[in-house]
Amino acid sequence: MAEGDFPLLIERSAPGRVGAAVPASDVPDVPLEDILPAAVLRRAGPPLPEVSEPDLVRHYTQLSQRNYGVDVGFYPLGSCTMKYNPKINEDAARLEGFARLHPYAPDAQAQGALRLLHDLERMLAEVAGMDAVTFQPAAGAHGELTALLMIRAYFAERREARTHVVVPDSAHGTNPASAAMCGYKVLHVPSDARGNIDVDALRRVADERVAALMLTNPNTLGLFEERITEVEEIVHGIGAQLYLDGANFNAVLGITRPGDQGFDVMHMNLHKTFSTPHGGGGPGAGPVAVKAHLAPYLPVPVVVREGDAFRWDYDRPRSIGKIRSFYGNFGVLVRAYTYLRTFGPLLRQVAEAAVLNANYLLALLRDTFDLPFDRRCMHEFVLAGTRQKREYGVSTRDMAKRLLDYGYHAPTIYFPLIVDEALMIEPTETESRETIEEFARALLAVAEECRTDPDLVRAAPHRTVVSRLDEVSAARRLDLRWPQADPPG
Amino acid sequence: MTRQTAPQVTTAWTPHKYLPLTPDDRAHMLRRLGVAAVEDLFADIPQSVRLLRELNLPSVPSDADLLRELRELSRQNGDADRLTCFLGAGAYDHFIPSVVWHLAGRAEFYTAYTPYQAEIMQGELQAAYEYQSMLCALTGMEVANASMYDGASATAEAAVMARDLTRRDQVLLSTALHPEYRQVVRTYTRHLDLEIAEVAHRGGVTAVETVRAALSEHTAAVIVQHPTFFGGLEDIAQLAQAAHAAGALLVVAVADPVAYGLLRPPGALGADIVAGEGQPLGNPLNFGGPYLGMLATRQAFVRRMPGRLVGRTVDTRGRRGFVLTLQTREQHIRRERATSNICTNEALNALAAGVYMAALGRVGLRQVAEVCVRKAHYARSRLEAIPGFRVAFPGATFHEFVLRCPRPPEEINARLAAAGVLGGLALGRFYPELRDGWLLCVTENRTRVEIDRLADLLGEMA
Repeated sequence: MAEGDFPLLIERSAPGRVGAAVPASDVPDVPLEDILPAAVLRRAGPPLPEVSEPDLVRHYTQLSQRNYGVDVGFYPLGSCTMKYNPKINEDAARLEGFARLHPYAPDAQAQGALRLLHDLERMLAEVAGMDAVTFQPAAGAHGELTALLMIRAYFAERREARTHVVVPDSAHGTNPASAAMCGYKVLHVPSDARGNIDVDALRRVADERVAALMLTNPNTLGLFEERITEVEEIVHGIGAQLYLDGANFNAVLGITRPGDQGFDVMHMNLHKTFSTPHGGGGPGAGPVAVKAHLAPYLPVPVVVREGDAFRWDYDRPRSIGKIRSFYGNFGVLVRAYTYLRTFGPLLRQVAEAAVLNANYLLALLRDTFDLPFDRRCMHEFVLAGTRQKREYGVSTRDMAKRLLDYGYHAPTIYFPLIVDEALMIEPTETESRETIEEFARALLAVAEECRTDPDLVRAAPHRTVVSRLDEVSAARRLDLRWPQADPPG
Repeated sequence: MTRQTAPQVTTAWTPHKYLPLTPDDRAHMLRRLGVAAVEDLFADIPQSVRLLRELNLPSVPSDADLLRELRELSRQNGDADRLTCFLGAGAYDHFIPSVVWHLAGRAEFYTAYTPYQAEIMQGELQAAYEYQSMLCALTGMEVANASMYDGASATAEAAVMARDLTRRDQVLLSTALHPEYRQVVRTYTRHLDLEIAEVAHRGGVTAVETVRAALSEHTAAVIVQHPTFFGGLEDIAQLAQAAHAAGALLVVAVADPVAYGLLRPPGALGADIVAGEGQPLGNPLNFGGPYLGMLATRQAFVRRMPGRLVGRTVDTRGRRGFVLTLQTREQHIRRERATSNICTNEALNALAAGVYMAALGRVGLRQVAEVCVRKAHYARSRLEAIPGFRVAFPGATFHEFVLRCPRPPEEINARLAAAGVLGGLALGRFYPELRDGWLLCVTENRTRVEIDRLADLLGEMA
């Protein structure tokens, strides 16, 4: 450990310390070797750190102080919907009857959980305009894979050998990656001058090879696909399925429903749209909602209601099988359920405020940055730092790092890939007008610094616990764990 | 004369605690945007696809009523507090020290996302690096990623990884591998030109000769679970040797990594990939999730590994720091050529697992594992002495074991539930030949009194 380094846990370790009460055995003593053959036993305990509970608490508490969450400040990370995570949701998820329920508890011992899932399915189906929902996918990308597997099963049953999935060039990287994991080849379609999917290009690739179009709507430019009804006609005209990447669902809650737009299947990110905490990169939940014709292929099991009783149904011969153990991230689902109950029909206001905030912030910034697609945005918008790059040699990355000095999380940068020096900004509905205005002032100040003191911006951040980190040497000289104290086993 | 207006819902604005914009704010912002109403901002959405009614969702209760309702729902469940839990089978009722979620629940961790801006995310990044380090210490492997979804999907990703590493097209699954893990492997690989074959367990473990006979030049990997789904102990060294002799990899799945507090870890015995479930490391049962997938392997295989990796580096002033690394493997860079489509993982659950491993530490984790084994062994010997019940498989077991029962296990479970006990897993749903099989688990949380009571209850049923 060098001067100025924050200690590693292993550097706080000393033999003989323990950070938790060690359980004792209350059953008659038998030599361990009579229970397990000596050959399978470790010679010593695993080489884990030995720290006391107070030291452990300080270690992680100090680490948390070196971290930035929505509860700390504004987090305009585009495409991630970093809205406030309500505390009542946490109380709900931590109720013992949910948190300590075993997944293999017989249905009779899980009626409350099953009813909650059943009711959540009905609510999400209503918001999506769909017929049925599976909760098994643990994240958005997992939902994409699930949906594509269902689409493949659907075509297999119809004896249609469709081999390709169409993905716009503005799509999340998970879309083509999920298609590949499902054995599909990817056809890329460009965007048009207004930031929509290029409908003519779509028409050119649209033939009976195509199983699905994976569309994000609003798309990753924060723009609603104005020609969605044409797109829908093209896709269904060739007998393909229309898939919605629901990452941006927040923008349209109660305004328009994907099912009414003609989507056959979608995933939702409960950790984005439905306020569940992102946890530093998870857990999320990526439920998949489908129209009735895809429902037979949902992963097993599904919840069914029989009168006032609920049970898991595994007897679904056309199902794609299981995509995860058990039923999905139930604890996340309890939070989303609680969130939906706290809005009910008022959910529409979420979309209205998210879109109003985004448009207002865009209005405050638009004169200072390049705006590749000048339209009304939805819940987010994409600026380009090309002017600052060209005139002052300051990159979008530099500006993002400088924003950290102002106490903000930076927007998403360099995505979508089709915008040079992209800055993707999503304020969400849970931010006040004051916060939006203060952030705009900060970003404008950074832009001004690009002119007055570009070196200051290029060398940013200056006020964070570490300065800019060397990612190149991290990848070249891989160090993915601390040195082991002694050989394992 | 009727004025033509676009049909739309104009709901009045209702104040809501999560929505800070006031009517004044809205008016000011709309003026700045030069529009009359919020509806105008949605002009790009074709009228034909608009929702022209209110969402049909339940009306909003007060928070007090909502919590009352949720509490009522939660009480309809037979959780591990209300029932004495002898159920395992992939989800384990270990004691979770209070410190784990007091720390993992810190809002700075909890309400953050993927650490894209490393300089303000050193907390999460270092915690992930430390989790990776401790997982290596526990499994005996050289590198671990920052988490996958769960044990089953991590095992499926390991199968795909083995295919890519060996360029072979078959994977052998032991039937002593968790049935749901096998199902998920099949679902994941269905369209990847990967043949999935099964190797029948013998007496609850995987016989090396059976594996040897099944191995061929097509085999990318043999996947076994250790301890097995039935609680038995695999001969990892022999299995690794057999796999390697055929040019295949050995993937060891684990459903309860607490076992490696006591057992020699797969990494020390020749395993190439360890995939498994991290829930038992400090994460609640949660009716099946959120859990965390663990994936660890050899250093040489790191570039074929799926999922996020956190690496150590330095800042411009030479201070230690942490970043996401080897991102060129991942979907946001490599798109359809990525090692996996995974993006969001289970970072917070991994962080909790890290706190758990550190809290128990070298001595504590071994002790937890040992107490589990001792209590399970006591239970096993008590229960097999009850007339009509017998142990299904004779070998040594960790903290789970299979009993064959004189009456259907489902019926036994129903009667136990009435007596406040959550019985084991009735195996017939997964193994038709084990219709009378009952998989029980005893963790350190069970007491001798509870075990004796279970024995008494079963005695009454025999």
